[in-house]
Amino acid sequence: MPKPFTKLSATAAPIMRTNIDTDVIIRIERLVGNGIRGTLGKWAFGSLRYLPDGSENPEFILNREPYREAEILVTGSNFGCGSSREDAVWALQERGIRAVIGSGFGDIFFANCFQNGILPIVVDKKIVDGLAAEVEETQGAGKIGIDLEAQTITSPNGKTHRFEIDPRRRAGLLKGLDEVALTLQRDDEIRVYQAADRNARPWIHFAGKQA
Amino acid sequence: MEQPGRTMLDKIWDQHVIFKVSDDTDLLHVDRHLLHDLGGSRGLLDLKSRNLTVHSPELTFATPDHAISSAPGRAGTSKIGLELLAALRLETTASGIQLFDVDQPGQGIVHVIGPELGLSLPGSLIVCGDSHTCTHGGLGALAFGIGSSELTHVLATQALIQRRPKTMRVKFEGKLPLGVTAKDMILALIGHAGVAAGTGYAVEYAGSAIRDLPVEGRFTICNLSIEFGAKMGMVAPDEKTYEYIKGRRYAPEGAMWEQALKAWKQLPSDANAVFDKEITIDVTRIQPQVTWGISPEHVIGVDGNIPDPTTIDDPARRVALETALDYMGLKAGAPIAGTPVDWVFIGSCTNSRLSDLRAAAEVVRGRKVAPGVRAWVVPGSETVKRDAVAEGLDKLFTEAGFEWREPGCSMCLAANGEVVAPGQRSVSTSNRNFIGRQGPRARTHLASPASAAAAAIAGAIADVRTMER
Repeated sequence: MPKPFTKLSATAAPIMRTNIDTDVIIRIERLVGNGIRGTLGKWAFGSLRYLPDGSENPEFILNREPYREAEILVTGSNFGCGSSREDAVWALQERGIRAVIGSGFGDIFFANCFQNGILPIVVDKKIVDGLAAEVEETQGAGKIGIDLEAQTITSPNGKTHRFEIDPRRRAGLLKGLDEVALTLQRDDEIRVYQAADRNARPWIHFAGKQA
Repeated sequence: MEQPGRTMLDKIWDQHVIFKVSDDTDLLHVDRHLLHDLGGSRGLLDLKSRNLTVHSPELTFATPDHAISSAPGRAGTSKIGLELLAALRLETTASGIQLFDVDQPGQGIVHVIGPELGLSLPGSLIVCGDSHTCTHGGLGALAFGIGSSELTHVLATQALIQRRPKTMRVKFEGKLPLGVTAKDMILALIGHAGVAAGTGYAVEYAGSAIRDLPVEGRFTICNLSIEFGAKMGMVAPDEKTYEYIKGRRYAPEGAMWEQALKAWKQLPSDANAVFDKEITIDVTRIQPQVTWGISPEHVIGVDGNIPDPTTIDDPARRVALETALDYMGLKAGAPIAGTPVDWVFIGSCTNSRLSDLRAAAEVVRGRKVAPGVRAWVVPGSETVKRDAVAEGLDKLFTEAGFEWREPGCSMCLAANGEVVAPGQRSVSTSNRNFIGRQGPRARTHLASPASAAAAAIAGAIADVRTMER
């Protein structure tokens, strides 16, 4: 069950390259196996964070102060495209990330964020670029504020931007709701649907066993 | 007044609504839930840890594909791969879920076996913890990839909360030129519109070139929907679709077939349906495509030159291009053809079906793999493998110098340890040329099976049209 998300004021790291895919966020060999939760944070952005000899790449933003402590990522467009691996969200979460701000995200990554109490915020590219520029002007010292209840982002210079979010998603994050438990409360309706559907579309329900 | 037309998405979506969650969000019934070895047992164990059981095991099907070795006899499956396989066997048995196990007909890449077994059907809603689930849309199904949390939700409830996407229609019009395939069509679209163009949309592919494509080509088109940004891609069912499905192991028969057929014929979008966005592509202008960079949108015709970042104004795009060229070890402005390759991989849920292997074999016949090139053929399923062997394709490939492997995902994503070595260059029929996708620092060029075969023979990226007979 995700932890609730309400407000946050934190160091933000701009990672502005476009189309950062979930393979780049977490490489496949880190997620093969059950019981990998808790091991992923170290490998978030592995191919960018580490040099071929395994040492830290001093150029990469999350290896520099104060960005090491970042809880917000300001991202280039289409961040999180590609593979559906929720491990990408887990890796960011284990690395301490609680919100991502960009002009657009991969659809599956976007949905996976909400499932884990991470807030993905979509705003106009101009606002994203402005936030990144303000963070960089202060060498990362300027924090970004997020208020989910009010649906606002406050930039390091104190500019406030409103963002839109699906009200259902917002409510889920604010309360940290467990979707599985909520849906199961209405399992009788699922059963009613299935009973009717067995008549309407028997080929779905009796696959390989001709009714 | 005339009723507003409904898109195929509207028709399939509405059929699956169990209840409305909010204005634009519904709880949808899941008709087919496909599990694989990477996430299947994980989801089942997650369910167990919450003291929940599988809601509808009869609608859930599993097969190992991601983490098993493709070596003959499955030799070399890693310790973790074997553990995942054992866990998948144990947990599917415990939950009463049908497993298509290794060496059995039915095993294979989950997006190859769904249609092949007749599990994936027009109008059905199919999910799997894998982004290439959109492949099944080639039959007129609403199919999409989900994350681990959603996977657990489906196991527990046989339903999924989804926000209705916007609709887009992409029309491919005209007659495909010789040497140009479904893979080239979809790569050309991605190159034209970009990898984020489909974000938030369910895409319907239409037009004369789609109608002309055999069903297996439609799978290739729909497979790359996610590389276009769309998690759902679909093609309206037609006579080719019905002919493809009829007689398959889990397909309806007799009276139930007739009943299903009647329903399926209602699925295509109404003539007056309005889409939120429309794109038209003239296929007569498409060349065989090959990617040069680290995103599927980094794609050009095989007779083209590698782009020059200094000509790009947008700084973010310029940096992206520079990063790509640096990673790929390519020179701006140089022709892409003639770039020497180390590896050729023919396989993956994009291009590992019998028609793909036949297309590659047509180029390979009577020729040899160039010295220094390692070339693999990994059939998409046990059935594809057996059918190909029956046609002698395994011999044709091995005599030419290819390695003939066991079915699975293999080197498409390298989850089973089958990797392209650092710095080496691969031409691959798969779907992602991302940084490190085929192994740390591996360099991937995406292309069609025919183009990949041409690269294996030439030892370099090559224009298959110059090699056709």
